[in-house]
Amino acid sequence: MSEPAITQDLVASHGLKPDEYERLLGIIGREPTFTELGIFSAMWNEHCSYKSSKKWLRTLPTTGPQVICGPGENAGVVDIGDGQAVIFKMESHNHPSYIEPHQGAATGVGGILRDVFTMGARPIAAMNALSFGLPSHPKTAHLVKGVVEGVGSYGNAFGVPTVGGEVRFHRSYNGNCLVNAFAAGLADADKIFYSVASGVGMPVVYLGAKTGRDGVGGATMASAEFDDTIEEKRPTVQVGDPFTEKRLLEACLELMASGAVISIQDMGAAGLTCSAVEMGDKGGLGIKLQLDDVPQRETGMTAYEMMLSESQERMLMVLKPELEAEARAIFVKWDLDFAIVGETIPEDRFLILHGNEVKADLPLSKLASSAPEYDRPWVETPAPAALDAVPEIAPLDALRALIGSPSYAHKAWVYEQYDSQVGADTVVAPGAGAGVVRVHGTGKALAFTSDVTPRYVQANPYEGGKQAVAEAWRNLCAVGARPLATTDNLNFGNPEKPEIMGQFVGAIKGIGAAVLALDMPIVSGNVSLYNETDGKGILPTPTIGAVGILASLDELIAGRPRPGDVAVLIGETRGHLGQSALLAEAFGIEAGDAPPVDLEAERLAGEFVRANRKAIRACSDLSDGGLALAAFEMAEGAGLGLVLEAGDIPTLFGEDQARYLVATAKADALIAAGKAAGVAVAVVGRFGGDAVSFGADTAPMAALSELYRTAFAKAVA
Amino acid sequence: MKAAVVTFPGSNCDRDLAVAFEAAGFEVARVWHKDTALPVGVDVVGIPGGFSFGDYLRCGAIAAQSPIGAAVRAHADRGGFAIGICNGFQVLTEMGLLPGVLMRNAGLKFVCRSVMLKVATTASPFTQSYAAGQELAIPIAHHDGNYTIDDAGLQRLKAEDRIAFTYAANPNGSMADIAGVLSANRRVLGMMPHPERAVDPVTGGADGQGVFASLMRGMALA
Repeated sequence: MSEPAITQDLVASHGLKPDEYERLLGIIGREPTFTELGIFSAMWNEHCSYKSSKKWLRTLPTTGPQVICGPGENAGVVDIGDGQAVIFKMESHNHPSYIEPHQGAATGVGGILRDVFTMGARPIAAMNALSFGLPSHPKTAHLVKGVVEGVGSYGNAFGVPTVGGEVRFHRSYNGNCLVNAFAAGLADADKIFYSVASGVGMPVVYLGAKTGRDGVGGATMASAEFDDTIEEKRPTVQVGDPFTEKRLLEACLELMASGAVISIQDMGAAGLTCSAVEMGDKGGLGIKLQLDDVPQRETGMTAYEMMLSESQERMLMVLKPELEAEARAIFVKWDLDFAIVGETIPEDRFLILHGNEVKADLPLSKLASSAPEYDRPWVETPAPAALDAVPEIAPLDALRALIGSPSYAHKAWVYEQYDSQVGADTVVAPGAGAGVVRVHGTGKALAFTSDVTPRYVQANPYEGGKQAVAEAWRNLCAVGARPLATTDNLNFGNPEKPEIMGQFVGAIKGIGAAVLALDMPIVSGNVSLYNETDGKGILPTPTIGAVGILASLDELIAGRPRPGDVAVLIGETRGHLGQSALLAEAFGIEAGDAPPVDLEAERLAGEFVRANRKAIRACSDLSDGGLALAAFEMAEGAGLGLVLEAGDIPTLFGEDQARYLVATAKADALIAAGKAAGVAVAVVGRFGGDAVSFGADTAPMAALSELYRTAFAKAVA
Repeated sequence: MKAAVVTFPGSNCDRDLAVAFEAAGFEVARVWHKDTALPVGVDVVGIPGGFSFGDYLRCGAIAAQSPIGAAVRAHADRGGFAIGICNGFQVLTEMGLLPGVLMRNAGLKFVCRSVMLKVATTASPFTQSYAAGQELAIPIAHHDGNYTIDDAGLQRLKAEDRIAFTYAANPNGSMADIAGVLSANRRVLGMMPHPERAVDPVTGGADGQGVFASLMRGMALA
C-alpha cells in the first residue's frame, strides 16, 4: 500500500512545528516514513512529552521516607506500613470528554485504573474532579449528564468504589470541560511491577482487547486547542469496555502472581508506540514489533493506524519465555487476547515490521529522550487590585445564593450514579470532604480527597497553588487521616502565551512550597495544556489528589452533630472575602486577592484536629463559603438546625485558610487544648432545633434544605 | 454449612458475598462460570452482584447460559438453596428460577444509596431472623432494578407470600415496591439491595447480617 508523501502540510497536521521537524530530521538523518512521522508526533506531542512543563515539574518535591516510587512510572507508590503500598495517580481526559462526554469520561476512568493495576495493584478507590461551563450554556447539561454517566458506567462495572471528587461550574469551561480521574490501588510493597524491560531476545506480548482504529491520533488531538472543527475530531475519541477492563485486571494480577512478567506497561496515550518505547528505553534495549501478529478488530489496518491506535483495555508486557504456557493459559481463562508481537533486541532500534516491509526503523533511545523541551517565556501574574466595598446582602440570602448554585448545592445527583460501596470496605462515602476506604482485611484505612479553587489560582497562582494542597491536607485531617502524599493534575491554557505560562509557573511554585511544608510529596501526575477554545483559556485548575492514612479506624472522625452540640471553630478568622465563593455566586464578582495560606498554621491546625479527635464528634474543613457553608452542610447532613452567633458577612463567608468547624460536647476541653497548642479555638454557635440562624436572620432548615438538595438537578435539567 | 459463590468474568461483588457468608459461619467455595459442577456438599449457591458479561444488553442473559448455569438449576431443582443479589437476581430471573424481570430503573439512572427495606415476610429461610415489618437500612447499587411482572404473577406472589422485601420509598419503579422475591419452594431468593454490603457497622451498618444468619439457621432446620 502506498503511503502519503511527507509534505509540510502533513507535518503540520501532525502537530509538529517546523523547528521540531528539523530536529526530527537531524536525529534520523533522512526523511521519515509516514509511520515514523506518526510515531514522532505521538511521542513529541505535549500530552506525552511534557515538553512545556518538564522544566518546572522537576522542581516539585517528590521524595520522602514514605515514597517508594515517585513520578516517572505509571503511578506513584507510597508505603502504608505492614509491607503494603498504595499506588495512585490522577489524569485528565478533558478534550475527549468535551467531544464525546460519555466515552471520553469512561475511558478516562479506564485509563487511570490501568495505570494503577499495571503496577500490580488492585484498585480500591476512585475519584473524579469535574469542571463544566455555566449551566445556562447550551452544551453544559448534555456534558454533565454524559460525563457523569460515563464515569459511572465504567467504574461501576469495573467494580471500584467512587468515593469522592468535585464538580464545579464556571463560564471559563464553557468550551472546554475538565474531567480529572483519580484511582488508587493496593499492593504488597515487594510485589510492584515496573516498566523497565530487561534481557535480550525476550518476547514482547500484547494483552487484552483487540486493536481497532479508534483513538488514532488522540494524544495529538489532546494537545491542540479547540475551534469550530471540533465535531470532526470525534473519531479520535476512544470507546471504553469496562467488562474487558475488569477481565484484564484479574488476568494481569494472576499473571503477575505467576512470576511470568519481566515488565509491563499499559497502552494509554499513543498506545503501542508509547508503551513499547517506554519499556525499551527504560531497559536500555531496542524493540522489534511484527505488526501482523497484533490482534486486530478491523481488517486492512495499516502500520500507521496500529502504532497510533488508542483502543482501550490493552497492555504490553515483556515475558519470561519459560513461563509462556502458564501466562497464555491465564489469558485463555479470561477470554482475552495474548499474542507475542515482538522481542527485545540489543541494538538501539525501534523496528516496526508489517507484511514484508520495514515501516519504521528509528533510534529508540533518541525517540524516547530527545523530545523537544521548552523553556517557555512567562510573565508573573500581576498582583490583583484590592477588593472594593462588598455589596450588602442579608446573611441567609447569601447562604441561599451559595446552596442554590450548582457548584455548592448538594451533589447526590452526581455521586448516587456512582457505586461508592462495591468492595464493602467503604467507611466514608461521597458527600463528606474526604472518602475513606478500609484496607481490606485490616483495621487500617486510607482517605482520599481532590481539591483546587481555580478562582484563587487565577488571581494569585502562587497562593492558589498552595491553597489547593492546603485544602487537601485539611480534608484529610478532618476525617482523622494523616496526609501521606499527593498527585497533581495540572490543567491550564495555552503555554505558548507568557501569561498562561506564568500561571503555570506560579502554581507549581505554590504547590511545591505547600507539599514541602506539609510533607505530602508529589508522587505522580499529569499535565493538560491547551485547554482553550477560540483563544480563551480556562481558569487555571491544578487539581490536587491526596491520600492519607488512618493507622486504625479508631482514628476516624466521621460522626454527625447531635442536638445541643456546640459549634467550635478552629483557626483564625479575619474575614477574607477576595475571590470568595459568595462574591462569585451572589454578585458575579471575581475580584481581590486569593486568601493567603500560612502553611505553618495549616500544619498546626491539622495536627490539632487529629490530636484531639476524642473531643470531636464531627468535623469539616472550611473552604469555599467559609464558616457559614461548612456549618450549614454539617447541620443539614445531620437533619438538625443551626445557630451561628455571628451575623456579619466577612465572619460568616470569609474564606480564611487553616480552619475547621467541629461539633462537640466537650468545647471546654478543646479550648484548653487550643491554648496549650497555640491554636485559636472559639465557640461560634450550636447545632439543634429546626431553624438556621445567622445572627438575627432566621429561616426554617426545611426550606433551605429543599433548595440545597434540588438546585443541582434543576441546573442540569 | 457450605456456600458456593459463583464468579462470572464481570462479577464484582463475589468477594464481598464470600466474606459475608464466612462471617455468618459458612464454609465458602468459589466457583468459576466455566465449571460444569458445583463442589460436593454445597448447601447454598450465591450469585453475586456485578456485570456478569458486561450486561450491555439484557442483564444476566448470557450468564444464565453459562456452563455453571445448568448445575445451579439442577441444585435448585433438587431443593437446594440459592440467593442472587443485584446482578445475581437478574441472572436468577433469566434462568427462570424466579419469576419476573428487572427492567431499567424508572429514573433511567444508576442509583447507589442506602435505602430502607421492609421485611415483607419472615416465613422464609432468608428472613426468619427478622421481625415482620422490620425496617432495614441496606444499600442499593443498580441501573436495572425495576422489578416487573404480569398481573397474574404479581397476584400469585402476593397470595403465596413470596415477596421477601419491599422498599419503604421506591427508588427504581419496581411494581408493588418489590425489592426481593422467593421461589415457590421458598428456597431461592433474589433481591436487588446488597445485604452483603451491610454486615459490618464500620462500612454501612449491619442490617444485612440477618439474611445470612437466617440462612444458617434455616438450613440447620431443613
